[in-house]
Amino acid sequence: MNSYQKNKISIEGVTKSFEDLLIVDDVSISLKEKEFVSILGPSGSGKSTIFNIISGLMKPDTGKVYIEGKEFTGKTGRVSYMYQKDLLLPWKKIIDNVSIPLVIKGETMQDARKKVKKYFEIFGLEGFEDKYPHQLSGGMRQRASLLRTYMFSKDIILLDEPFGGLDAITKSKMQSWLLEILDKLEASIFFITHDIEEAIYLSDRIYILSDRPAVVKEEIKINLPKPRHEDIVTTHEFNEIKKHILNLL
Amino acid sequence: MKRWANIEDRVIPTIFFLILIFIWELIVRIGLVERFILPSPSDILKAFPKIHPDIWKHILTTIQEASIGFVIAIIFAIALAIIMDNVKLIKKAIYPLIIVSQTVPIIALAPLFSIWFGLGILPKVVVVILVCFFPILVSLIHGLESVDRDLLNLLKSMGASRFQIFKLVKFPASLVSFFSGLRIAATYSIMGAVIGEWLGGKSGLGVYMLRVKHSYALDKFFAVIVIIVVLSMILFKGITALQKILMPWEHSQNKK
Repeated sequence: MNSYQKNKISIEGVTKSFEDLLIVDDVSISLKEKEFVSILGPSGSGKSTIFNIISGLMKPDTGKVYIEGKEFTGKTGRVSYMYQKDLLLPWKKIIDNVSIPLVIKGETMQDARKKVKKYFEIFGLEGFEDKYPHQLSGGMRQRASLLRTYMFSKDIILLDEPFGGLDAITKSKMQSWLLEILDKLEASIFFITHDIEEAIYLSDRIYILSDRPAVVKEEIKINLPKPRHEDIVTTHEFNEIKKHILNLL
Repeated sequence: MKRWANIEDRVIPTIFFLILIFIWELIVRIGLVERFILPSPSDILKAFPKIHPDIWKHILTTIQEASIGFVIAIIFAIALAIIMDNVKLIKKAIYPLIIVSQTVPIIALAPLFSIWFGLGILPKVVVVILVCFFPILVSLIHGLESVDRDLLNLLKSMGASRFQIFKLVKFPASLVSFFSGLRIAATYSIMGAVIGEWLGGKSGLGVYMLRVKHSYALDKFFAVIVIIVVLSMILFKGITALQKILMPWEHSQNKK
């Protein structure tokens, strides 16, 4: 289990600074098949920089990125990620927005639409195909955004505080929805958050990052039984983990 | 509530406009200003049958010059905006020059154009291109610059090519800004053609205005001004209508 061949993603010894300011300091983390791993740290601690490096938008100063054992340092086009902002194109209908990853890969709009269409039901977006993004609620837009990310790479999904912009009620609904849907998708997930409860509720493993420069402080395995329900946040085990993390941060 | 606000938006300026016209009429009627110095609105209205049908030829000439110049300006502006957006060096080199060029009064340059390009349609078209080019270029460049960085990064992370990014994101995102430049340019286009004609030629609204001015037929002169305003407004509305057709998402967004 520990060799990186079995890892979907592993980054090793990654360091990155901007204009002499060290942002990420010697970070090595990994994601295994069908695992849900959270990267938990304070805001502005360089979590998003790590995602930029994994997705290939940024080159690390030192260190390497491996995806399924192959080196992908500084190469885009393998994994995409979903932001807090939905980043849907306002001039395209939802179905066309979701089709974009396939169109970029060279498929025609018609083929892409056909392929995408069957996922609308799983993602709870049925009936919204021909709506424009502004006609949807924030939660629905994030569903569409996740579907678009999923259409780009089905096995690995990076989520950068995807529910950070939603109100508390919608957020907790979306978290349960995410757990439910992940059951069907069989994807490996890297999840950035600064919300401790969210991280514990969703994850199999959590990397705790320090404030800038980002260093991995601890790796925590969450052994809470799955499937999980919202009321798990009131259990004793849950609170023990939470206490432990709070002490670290 | 909203509907009432809409009606209010239309009714108030109309009433104000009518009051102004009424005051104008009154001032001329009671003899505060002589009729040959300033014709009254009713005089101007009566001038329309007098200039018909001669005026149609001139209207057509002006529309022709304005539309040719407008279309060429659009093509040049789009081409240059795309080049400047892609090659930062060219943008840095050209952009300040273009802005400085706007301080040169076009009315001073126009006589030179008749020396260089003769008295035909060409010098007028050149004036139209010059006045229309700038607002279109600036608005388009502004639109291309203000595209959300995260959106561009998202497409880059998906491995999109520069052309795909332009087609899928940059161009549609800059359309709103592009159309606002287009609306300004459209109203300038008629004015530009008239300025060009003012300096000589065989036909066109500017030429006609010069003639009636020389014969002190100020009622006809003002009638032509009304025609110019109406033509510019039609173009302005036409561009707005075109935008609604080409950008249905904006329309429905505003309705909400």
